[in-house]
Amino acid sequence: MENTISEFGKVFIFLALGVVLVVGGFITSRLLRPFRPNTEKMTTYECGEEPVGSSWVQFNIRFYVIALIFIIFDVEILFLFPWATIYKQLGTFALVEALIFIGILLVGLAYAWVKGDLEWVRPNPNVPQLPTKKFEKMPARPEASLLSLVESITPASASESSLPKV
Amino acid sequence: MNSLAYQIIFYLFAAIIVGSAALVVISKNIIHSAFGLLFTFFGVAAIYVYLNADFIAVTQIVVYVGGILVLLLFGVMLTNKITQADLKTETLNPVPGLLITLSVLAMLLYTFYFRAKWVTVPVDQQLRGTVVEPIGIATMTTYVLPFEIVSIVLMVALLGAAYIARADRKVQTKEGK
Amino acid sequence: MEIGMTHYLALSAFMFTTGVIGVLTRRNAIVIFMSIELMLNAVNLSLVTFSHYLNDVQGQMLVFFVMTVAAAEAAVGLAIVISMFRNKQTINIDEINILKY
Repeated sequence: MENTISEFGKVFIFLALGVVLVVGGFITSRLLRPFRPNTEKMTTYECGEEPVGSSWVQFNIRFYVIALIFIIFDVEILFLFPWATIYKQLGTFALVEALIFIGILLVGLAYAWVKGDLEWVRPNPNVPQLPTKKFEKMPARPEASLLSLVESITPASASESSLPKV
Repeated sequence: MNSLAYQIIFYLFAAIIVGSAALVVISKNIIHSAFGLLFTFFGVAAIYVYLNADFIAVTQIVVYVGGILVLLLFGVMLTNKITQADLKTETLNPVPGLLITLSVLAMLLYTFYFRAKWVTVPVDQQLRGTVVEPIGIATMTTYVLPFEIVSIVLMVALLGAAYIARADRKVQTKEGK
Repeated sequence: MEIGMTHYLALSAFMFTTGVIGVLTRRNAIVIFMSIELMLNAVNLSLVTFSHYLNDVQGQMLVFFVMTVAAAEAAVGLAIVISMFRNKQTINIDEINILKY
């Protein structure tokens, strides 16, 4: 008892010190600073832009699946930690049991992987469609290609080319 | 063991637990509720240290604060409309719920303090030192089958939750789209 | 006053009843989830108390299984809540009543 309490007592001292420093900082600044708010000052700072709407927007659902996989393997670690401390005493039996344990959980991970929950691609990527074909056919002499390019994007030919409809 | 500082810190953490648990239930803002839950979990971890359950205390932080609370916050962020900026929620049937619950609390406390005759071992035989190794031995001997079933439970939870939550699932609607 | 077993149990009872109040009176499904977590924590606390005062590590093993089930329950339950939000645009439990009658 004495031992654990004193070890966790150190943690408690760190915790208390952190709380005291942060709360003390807030209280001193509240006491010392002038308090003259206006609308401009109270807005959220977004790199100089005017913030539009609330910051509580709805997240993408795939974050949830990632958090799900995280919590499942979090609990797995919780069971494997005491297992690791007594692994030497029990030997092969403990190894087999833990391998079964991990194997069953890997089935779940494999399911999520196969179903594409782990792929980090956006469903409808918004790729800007520029008329790149004229640039792809650029010959070895750049000045000649530039000339042909200037000819090609004169208004007459530009109406034929597939400019994106924005 | 029962010095004054020890008792003061116990009551401090008990006050943190009760106050932040009340914040979880009373607060109108879901984010404030989640932060109240955070402090409750930390307080309970500290009480576990008092009960000589060091590994459970650390596990409490890892699983509840690091896992379940994060999952709950994801749930909050995933279930509010973009137009609904305030994240407010109200209560429902507060008076009957409060009455039922307070009677339950009174019953529990009456039982604990006046009726129950708790069987305890003497102080010198209580658990002491680290309990990680006894837990590991119990996991691998008495609780080997539950240990394996836990993995099946977790796998099923992962499969089911991933299936239910997936966004691009084909949903058969009434119109038969 | 010496801190004994009843102190921990009374603390556990307070947490549990707070959770019950939350489940009975709140409308938001996620706050109800938080209240359920409070109740599970209260039960864990009493289990660890008994484990300490009976010199038996089995109570702590039970806490591990409770934590596992809590994690699984939170995962599946929140997935259901999210799915419900996607279909009904609300997670207030009194507005989700298509199974009534």
